[in-house]
Amino acid sequence: MADKIKVAVIGPGNIGSDLMYKIFRSKNLEMTMMAGIAESEGIKRAQSFNVPTTIEGVNGLLKDGDPDIKIVFDATSAAAHLKFNGPALKEAGKIAIDLTPAAIGPYCVPTVNLDELSAAPNINMVTCGGQATIPIVYAVSRVAGAKYAEIIACISSKSAGPGTRANMDEFTETTSKAIEVVGKADKGKAIIILNPAEPPLMMTDTIHVQVKDTNVSFEEINKSIYEMVDELKKYVPGYQLRVPPTMDGDRVTVIVQIEGQADFLPAYSGNLDIINSAAVAAAEKIAEEMLKGE
Amino acid sequence: MAKGKKITIIDTTLRDGSHAVRHSFTKEQVSAIAGGLDKAGVDIIELSHGDGLGGSSYNYGFSKTQELELLEAASSQITNAKLAVLLLPGIGTIADLKEAQKRGATAVRVATHVTEADVSAEHIHAAKDLGMFAVGFLMMSHMAPTERVVEEALKMESYGADYINLADSAGYLTPSGVQERIEAVVKAVKIPVGFHAHNNMGMAIANSLKAVECGATYIDGTLRGLGAGSGNAQIEVLAGVLNREGYDINADFYKLMDLAKEEVDPIMLRPQIISNASFMLGYAGVYSSFLLHVYDAAEKYDLDPRDILVELGKRGMVGGQEDMIIDVAYQLKNGLVK
Repeated sequence: MADKIKVAVIGPGNIGSDLMYKIFRSKNLEMTMMAGIAESEGIKRAQSFNVPTTIEGVNGLLKDGDPDIKIVFDATSAAAHLKFNGPALKEAGKIAIDLTPAAIGPYCVPTVNLDELSAAPNINMVTCGGQATIPIVYAVSRVAGAKYAEIIACISSKSAGPGTRANMDEFTETTSKAIEVVGKADKGKAIIILNPAEPPLMMTDTIHVQVKDTNVSFEEINKSIYEMVDELKKYVPGYQLRVPPTMDGDRVTVIVQIEGQADFLPAYSGNLDIINSAAVAAAEKIAEEMLKGE
Repeated sequence: MAKGKKITIIDTTLRDGSHAVRHSFTKEQVSAIAGGLDKAGVDIIELSHGDGLGGSSYNYGFSKTQELELLEAASSQITNAKLAVLLLPGIGTIADLKEAQKRGATAVRVATHVTEADVSAEHIHAAKDLGMFAVGFLMMSHMAPTERVVEEALKMESYGADYINLADSAGYLTPSGVQERIEAVVKAVKIPVGFHAHNNMGMAIANSLKAVECGATYIDGTLRGLGAGSGNAQIEVLAGVLNREGYDINADFYKLMDLAKEEVDPIMLRPQIISNASFMLGYAGVYSSFLLHVYDAAEKYDLDPRDILVELGKRGMVGGQEDMIIDVAYQLKNGLVK
């Protein structure tokens, strides 16, 4: 019986390379292929660790990759996932973990809804800001309900790549929607700010939730938030409360900071660390189920 | 050289002034002000939440009346002027812009931090596709060296902006800083250049005049200077100064003075003066719209607003980071600031 599930990454850029390092550390995932569409630093990096590579994208992966690859991370772009990678992986019967904003499959925020999703063939990791804030929104809504939730994500300019910059609306719209769908707020709003300060600032997010049931005590809400932070720290050790929860009327406010694990990207890129960590946590959970089933 | 040179006047009372009234404008107020500005010959009238489309939020303050309703009310009173909205990518979206256009907006100013122009590409492109007049608006222009300001202005020009507006969002610059930036951008781009002043250091009119002397042809102002921090260039004064200096402007400064007295004086929550804290915005180089949120936090945490402002300046906070006021106040209160 195998003790690890074979996985691959499509997209050998910064995100894909960081994912590879996280997979190396995983107890039940085996990094079995890195797929790109050209010779690149990322492909060379994977080769230097003796990871098989292809430069023919998803087709190369399906043609030349180990047929036992069960889970594929897509760290390319929404357009590539929609047009090529998503459909091809579905056809081949492989589980796709989508780190692009394409969102063919349901949103996944591991501490909130992973149990409901582990059977889905394609799951979407929302956005970095969503991964950092939706667990807190949900921690409040699960005990006191949420009429409205608003998050403000501040990331350092250096950790916002050209994909993010060219698609700011995708971030705000996807995150707002996931605050509603996963965070269970009746209405969600997301704001993103890029800050160019040097040295780069750690990712910082502010979460405001307007509760439905003001009879629920602040102690209970606070306890729910702290429990959620403990859950998050299991896969994002650098997650912490900068300003602990406060309550003003029916509004709960929390400010969090995410220091990345600096696997491949610098520590200030907590935004990239948290979405990758969430993706790997989701894959590990799926792998665990698969290994049990064998 | 000033004689007869055409200068386009933009009034942003109904956008930047929204900060000063805590986003409480009503349909009646905007109808009266927009109608009066149009009759006074103002070329462009900007209206939206102070932080642009979609700004209504916990972070920036909720609008008392939805900006789309305000746009509708204003557009029904305007015959000649362009009706503009502000849009900050990351806060507002193209979907918001389309809604604004349906309610009568014909122009949009797409604003980014001075070093982040590339986040405006999709929005400027979308505005041009919608047939709107599109402006590339660089905020906090004091925070980058002139070469960088030029680079970012060139990016916005390449996306299709109709003119580039440099904003001294913190009211930090003195005329020499304005001269350096405006001259460099005017020289580098092929489209017109504009300037948006804040009065935190008492420089708004002088800086605006300097900008025009250095080649800017679009200038922002607000009635009574109503705006974030110590307010903006007071438009009735600005128009009078430009008139006396011999520039060609459509706006009639007598009509603007009357409008300010009749429609703006009665709705002001406080005199638009340079208070101690609003001066410190300029001194420390902090985004002007932080001011009222800093007062709130100072009261809640029992701190001197000036201490919060200086710390925000040290940390290099940019426009839109109002949430960090709470962060700084909490840390100051708990002795966590190094």
